[in-house]
Amino acid sequence: MARAAQTPGIRPRLTLGRRLDIAARHAFPAGCTVLLMLLTETPFGIADQATLLPAVTLTCVYFWSLFRPDAMPPPVVFLIGLLFDLLGYLPLGVGPLTLLVVHGLVLRWQRLLTTQGFGFGWLAFAGFAAAAAALGWTLTSVLSFRLLPLGPALFEALLAAALYPALAILFIRAHRTVADPERA
Amino acid sequence: MIRLSIQARQALAKLTLPVLIAASFGLMLLGKADALLAEHARMMLADGLAPIYLALAGPLGDLRDTVAGATDLWELRADNARLRDENERLRRWQSIALALDAENQRLKANLQWIPDPAPSYVTARVVADAGGVYAKAVLLSVGPNHGVRKGEIALDERGLVGRVTEVGARTARVLLLTDLNSRIPVILENSRAHAILVGTNGARPRLTYWAEGAMPQEGERVVTSAEASAFPANLPIGTVHFSAANVPEVVPAAMLDRLEIVRIFDYGLSGVAAPEAPGRQPERRWR
Repeated sequence: MARAAQTPGIRPRLTLGRRLDIAARHAFPAGCTVLLMLLTETPFGIADQATLLPAVTLTCVYFWSLFRPDAMPPPVVFLIGLLFDLLGYLPLGVGPLTLLVVHGLVLRWQRLLTTQGFGFGWLAFAGFAAAAAALGWTLTSVLSFRLLPLGPALFEALLAAALYPALAILFIRAHRTVADPERA
Repeated sequence: MIRLSIQARQALAKLTLPVLIAASFGLMLLGKADALLAEHARMMLADGLAPIYLALAGPLGDLRDTVAGATDLWELRADNARLRDENERLRRWQSIALALDAENQRLKANLQWIPDPAPSYVTARVVADAGGVYAKAVLLSVGPNHGVRKGEIALDERGLVGRVTEVGARTARVLLLTDLNSRIPVILENSRAHAILVGTNGARPRLTYWAEGAMPQEGERVVTSAEASAFPANLPIGTVHFSAANVPEVVPAAMLDRLEIVRIFDYGLSGVAAPEAPGRQPERRWR
């Protein structure tokens, strides 16, 4: 909205409906992240369902930090991380730190990550997923004073990498249609 | 709103990320210093979400039943034959069990046996998986004026499920016996030897610290021990199974991967408290 207001040109008057529309489009990335996180906790009765939460959260934060950084600012990432800790029964602080580090690195490498093809993006995300799982495992181990099994962390990274294309395709469509503030 | 110069605004925007990363470290310290804070926050969140999950449980259950019904149709004939066979076997066992029960009652009457008090229990629906990547737990919806307390024991229709570790206004969290933090004193039924059942986050918890010379046997039944008065004696847990690495594990009798309804028993025990959420060094209490 800020960017559009600064550029000269003719645009429709800001009525209440249009304002709401723009606000909704701005809130879409964070809103769909939180909704998907809550959805992964619903009792579907899938084996190892608890691993879905980190996979989905990481994918959402990665994607929207990359393509819509203005709608996924650090404070929002922090709050999502806090919700992630509470829902995933991790020691407090692990989620915010992991997600903020991912957010920061994605912004730093934004140009590289957005200019290459989808395959490269997927591969890069797999790297991010492995690093995030490793960081989460290390922090949780340190904070609970014990060596946790590595298996779940490995599975978490694999699941996140495997789910990425499915979620990314949905998000790309949303990014071009319902979540685009320019189309309000 | 305060008007800032463009430079000041850019500097502030650059500062947000480092400040928030520092805040995450602060949050870790806070979580370590005041472990109750995280627990309260979690249970408040769970209390808020439980009605939504409870409302979703109905349609989701119907959907699962429909799918299960369709697959069951395929195996109807084989199932029928198997059930007839099993029924035959169980009838024989029933007559033996009835005779043993009558004999047991007679012997107890002769011995002036003090009967165990009948425990009170409430039945609750499992509304969500309350575990994480490093925790195995379920969330129960227990309704507003429940009397559920920490340390009470959860059983399904087949055996021990775990213990209540956190209680909210309308929800309770049950730590499963497979969780990494779970330690349960048990008795091996054949040798009556004591051991400790240690959760590994896997499907089968491990047996450790059994008495010398009382090696667990494959297929042996494992029940709870009243030692440390954390559990009543003789609740069924499962059967011993040796893993490929020759480590004695226990196959839980309870269907821990698809819990739907759980009974929470109040045995009035006041022994060792149940382990807590991860990050709270529960092991210290056992040493």
